[in-house]
Amino acid sequence: MIKTILKSVREYKKMSILTPIFITLEVILDALIPILMTKIIDDGINASNMNVIFTVGGILVLASIFSLLFGYLSSKYASIASSGFAKNLRHDMYYKIQDYSFSNIEKFSSSSLVTRLTTDVNNVQMTYQMLIRIAIRTPLMFIFSLLLVFSINTNLAIVFLIIAPILAFCLFYIANKAHPMFESVFKTYDNLNNRVQENVQGIRVVKSYVQEETEVKKFNKISNKIYETFLKAERLVCLNTPIMRLCIYSSIVIIAYLGSQYVISGTITTGQLTGVITYAAQILNSLMMLSMIYVTCIISLPSMERIVEVLNVTPNIKNPNNPLMEVNDGSIQFKDVTFCYSKDKPVLKNINLTINSGEMVGIIGGIGSSKSTLVNLIPRLYDVTTGSILVGNNNVKDYDIKTLRDSVAIVLQKNVLFSGSIADNLRWGNKNATMAELKKVCDIACCSEFLDKLPNGYDTYIDQGGTNVSGGQKQRLCIARALLKKPKIIILDDSTSAVDTKTDAYIRKSFKEYIPNVTKIIIAQRISSVEQCDRVIVLDNGEVVDFDTPQNLLKNNKIYQEVYYSQVKGSASNE
Amino acid sequence: MNKESKKSVLIRLLKYITVNFKVPLIIIVIAIVVSSICHVFGQLFIETLIDDYITPLINVENPVLIPLFKAIGFMGFVYLIGVLCTFLYSRLVVKVAQGSLKLIRNEMFEHMSTLPIKYFDDNNHGDIMSYYINDTDALRDMISQSIPNGISNGVIIIFTFISMLTLNVFLTIAIIIGVFIMLKVAKYVGSKSSKYFLLRQKSVAKVNGYIEEMITGQKVIQVFTHEEVAKKDFDKLNEELFENTKNADMFANMLMPIMANIGYLIYVLIAIFGGILALKTNTLSIGAIASFLLLTRSFTMHINQLSQQYNSIALALAGASRIFALLDEKSEENDGTIVLVNVEKDEFGNLKEVNNYTGLWAWKDPTSATLVELKGDIQFKNVDFSYIGNKKVLQDINLYAKSGQKIALVGATGAGKTTITNLINRFYDIDEGTILYDGIDIKKINKKDLRKSLGMVLQDVNLFTGTIMENLRYGRKDATDEECIKVSILANAHSFIEKLPNGYNTMITDNGENISQGQRQLLSIARCALNNPPVMILDEATSSIDTRTEKEIQDGMDKLMEGRTVFVIAHRLSTVRNSKAIIVLENGKIIERGDHETLLAEKGKYYQLYTGAFELE
Repeated sequence: MIKTILKSVREYKKMSILTPIFITLEVILDALIPILMTKIIDDGINASNMNVIFTVGGILVLASIFSLLFGYLSSKYASIASSGFAKNLRHDMYYKIQDYSFSNIEKFSSSSLVTRLTTDVNNVQMTYQMLIRIAIRTPLMFIFSLLLVFSINTNLAIVFLIIAPILAFCLFYIANKAHPMFESVFKTYDNLNNRVQENVQGIRVVKSYVQEETEVKKFNKISNKIYETFLKAERLVCLNTPIMRLCIYSSIVIIAYLGSQYVISGTITTGQLTGVITYAAQILNSLMMLSMIYVTCIISLPSMERIVEVLNVTPNIKNPNNPLMEVNDGSIQFKDVTFCYSKDKPVLKNINLTINSGEMVGIIGGIGSSKSTLVNLIPRLYDVTTGSILVGNNNVKDYDIKTLRDSVAIVLQKNVLFSGSIADNLRWGNKNATMAELKKVCDIACCSEFLDKLPNGYDTYIDQGGTNVSGGQKQRLCIARALLKKPKIIILDDSTSAVDTKTDAYIRKSFKEYIPNVTKIIIAQRISSVEQCDRVIVLDNGEVVDFDTPQNLLKNNKIYQEVYYSQVKGSASNE
Repeated sequence: MNKESKKSVLIRLLKYITVNFKVPLIIIVIAIVVSSICHVFGQLFIETLIDDYITPLINVENPVLIPLFKAIGFMGFVYLIGVLCTFLYSRLVVKVAQGSLKLIRNEMFEHMSTLPIKYFDDNNHGDIMSYYINDTDALRDMISQSIPNGISNGVIIIFTFISMLTLNVFLTIAIIIGVFIMLKVAKYVGSKSSKYFLLRQKSVAKVNGYIEEMITGQKVIQVFTHEEVAKKDFDKLNEELFENTKNADMFANMLMPIMANIGYLIYVLIAIFGGILALKTNTLSIGAIASFLLLTRSFTMHINQLSQQYNSIALALAGASRIFALLDEKSEENDGTIVLVNVEKDEFGNLKEVNNYTGLWAWKDPTSATLVELKGDIQFKNVDFSYIGNKKVLQDINLYAKSGQKIALVGATGAGKTTITNLINRFYDIDEGTILYDGIDIKKINKKDLRKSLGMVLQDVNLFTGTIMENLRYGRKDATDEECIKVSILANAHSFIEKLPNGYNTMITDNGENISQGQRQLLSIARCALNNPPVMILDEATSSIDTRTEKEIQDGMDKLMEGRTVFVIAHRLSTVRNSKAIIVLENGKIIERGDHETLLAEKGKYYQLYTGAFELE
């Protein structure tokens, strides 16, 4: 797992290695400086030697200038390395996702993909920076300081050898105990988040049912739970500081006790004694740092796992070798097609269809009859489980994917406009389209009538998610966008549901008029939307029940009749 | 945030905490002060120990060690007090921090639920959510870490400073100059770092927004083979984020070594000055200069630590100011006095107020104690309305719905249909005219009671985390299981609920992602029916239900609407055909009204809309 993630370090490898090197140099100086500081007192001031003060002071100044230099370099390189690593991680994940097939995308929910690309990468970035900066520095500091103490007096060093493991045990014990508690706090946080979201989104429901008080009560309950779990976890963690102090203080007292006797007996100097006491804090503090690193690593492990999950997916729809680069015509053929989303549960069974180039074909069927699935197979958004699909007399699997999808324009049921001007959005279909071409497709899709009324026309800015245009307008823009591709086949998957019947009819009429040679496939709930089609496919439970002209279906097909009469009967009796 | 508002936010925040946690706070401050004093004392005492107890004994034959051990014992005792105080305040700080957060969270939510619908329509939902998580988190860091750290460092700095002053005034002044430079540098680096930090936040928001938009639209990207463009755009934003993160981190990381090394330089300078003073002028003892140097180290170190809190406090204050802005939002006004009460009728048809549920309701004016039976008559008189400024969304609307009538609102998107329903329940208040409910101006009715008497079923269904049964019971907690099942059968939801793995106990999560939009709408209808409101508003309530199912639930719907005043907004005209009156809206004005037949006969807009599909033949 860690290997996969580290692949994204790439050009920042040099920085990642230089950082700990500079840090090591900085640490060496940082450890030297206190020695020099004590030396000034011992040999300079206490010995009344001005020369020593100047020379040692000079060395000290030099040391601190270098320490500053290394500190600067290590900060710089650590920041570049970690944020560069994060950049590469995001890049790699994002590019990978672009190669995902529909079924790959569906494995993750989009919100989880977003979290993986943002929060999770952020966690890993922080851990990475911490690791290259502190994970080397701290053990070095620990060893270095300990060695210095040893060089002064072995017996005093043993004090640390006893206290340090005790402290380490306490710190890691607390970290291990507290970690699951924090996990549960974060889970409760999710609940709280969820509560707030439900209330913000459903505020109209809350207010119209006058449930404000119950919602407040529900919220307070969760809020209290967070309070309690958090309190429990933090009470444990807050033991760190007093324990830390207890250990530092006791080592100081013990060292003072032992050390003073050594001083008196002349084994060490007073300066050495203060030196050892200074190291006490350094040695024990570095243990504290280690336990922090440990906790950060535990926290970011799940993030790493989630990132690797994204990176390790192998896209299951790939371009063939020697792909066909042109689609001949808009004919479509389904040959014994079966399709399952999950194993052994076919949602399409034994589909055999032949659609001629330029034909207008309607598809009707109830919820769950797999209408969308059927058309999604044509531009190879999914691959068939068994059987084959031919477009322009060639298997869809033999085409270059881009060529195929540019020739088969599908307007999805759950469609999306992107933030940007209307013209920008339309040009997704063809980025070099001229204004005249835009106008033409907007005429066909009946967008012109409302576009002309907008003060900024084609330059009107669409907000994220397209919230500032109505549902019907959005659908028409999506149709126009698809038309701009100049496809050989256009598929509307319930794409006019929010468009009024009159406009809906106009769109179909102009389809016949302007793009007679394009194969048109229309999925609709409304019978009026399929009534003028050349032929209509009736789907039920993943099987083609009938494929005939609307006139014949009205005579012979029960499902078609049922839908027809439920929608048309009323007006028929009026006229 | 400018300096002034920063200050006022800080003061307000501190006030908020002090008011609620006076006693623990006092104890905390005392404990921090004591523990800091113990800490400083311990450090200083080592010098005393060396000078007064150890040095005199060096090279002495058979030294008497008892006073030395006593002194060390005393030091141990002081340290022990320090540890105990540290323990005490650490624990209390946790309580105060978590307690304050809880109070703030609860107060925010409670206040939020009193805000008018406008607030939720105008503000980004993601922003509102982040108050509860990110901003309170920033506060937690500040209360539990920055404040105690600040106090403890402050105490140590003050004590060290005083000790330095008593040792030597001249050197202290030199240190002050040094520290002044240190702070200047810290401020410069800090402001650089916060500048990039802000830029980074902006980049993060941009990248997150882009990722969210693109991932949500990933399928469209693939359909349009737009991958390459999406990659290029992403790389541009990603590069920008990298630059800003790098710089923000760099300056933040640099602060520590810069400050520490300036501290070392000050130390050297003091050593040289002190050395000169001690050796050349004899105005300073050698012991004093040694202690002074130790104090210098501690002084600069703590100044350094104090300056590290800068970023976290700035973050917390920004968060606090957003939280306070939410708390300062004006609540929805509710000055209506007329309330809804249960009544019963005696044999003469006179109303009498009772305390138990009777199924009969009346409006009660508490001043005159008059009772008006709740029937569900709604009347709009010359109503004008605008969301912002004087851009009229509705103009001169007059309409009348008698008790038990079904009224349909028809028209293009943006014609003002939904706006009308938002006015009846006072989600928004009208500019001109009056709306009467059973002859009473709705402005005089208590909002809660008004809303209780109105049932709403909206196109976008919002369900709440909990079982299906709990969701059905949303408006009436005391409804029995039988009642819930009865309305589910009526709304045709029963059959699909039964098929779910846990039936009525199936958990709804994420606003019901596990059931289809059409099924959600059926649940929403059942939920409303259980409340048995005299007036119902159905705003595209069956839009996601396919026509075959809609036909199946038609009987149930008819039964549901029986005896109620119903406002129906529907795209599908087959849904509104049997209304008592159909009102056709265009650009906020009523342009046609009448029943289905009359409107068809008029051959106006309704005729066009209705027959659109057939007209082209």
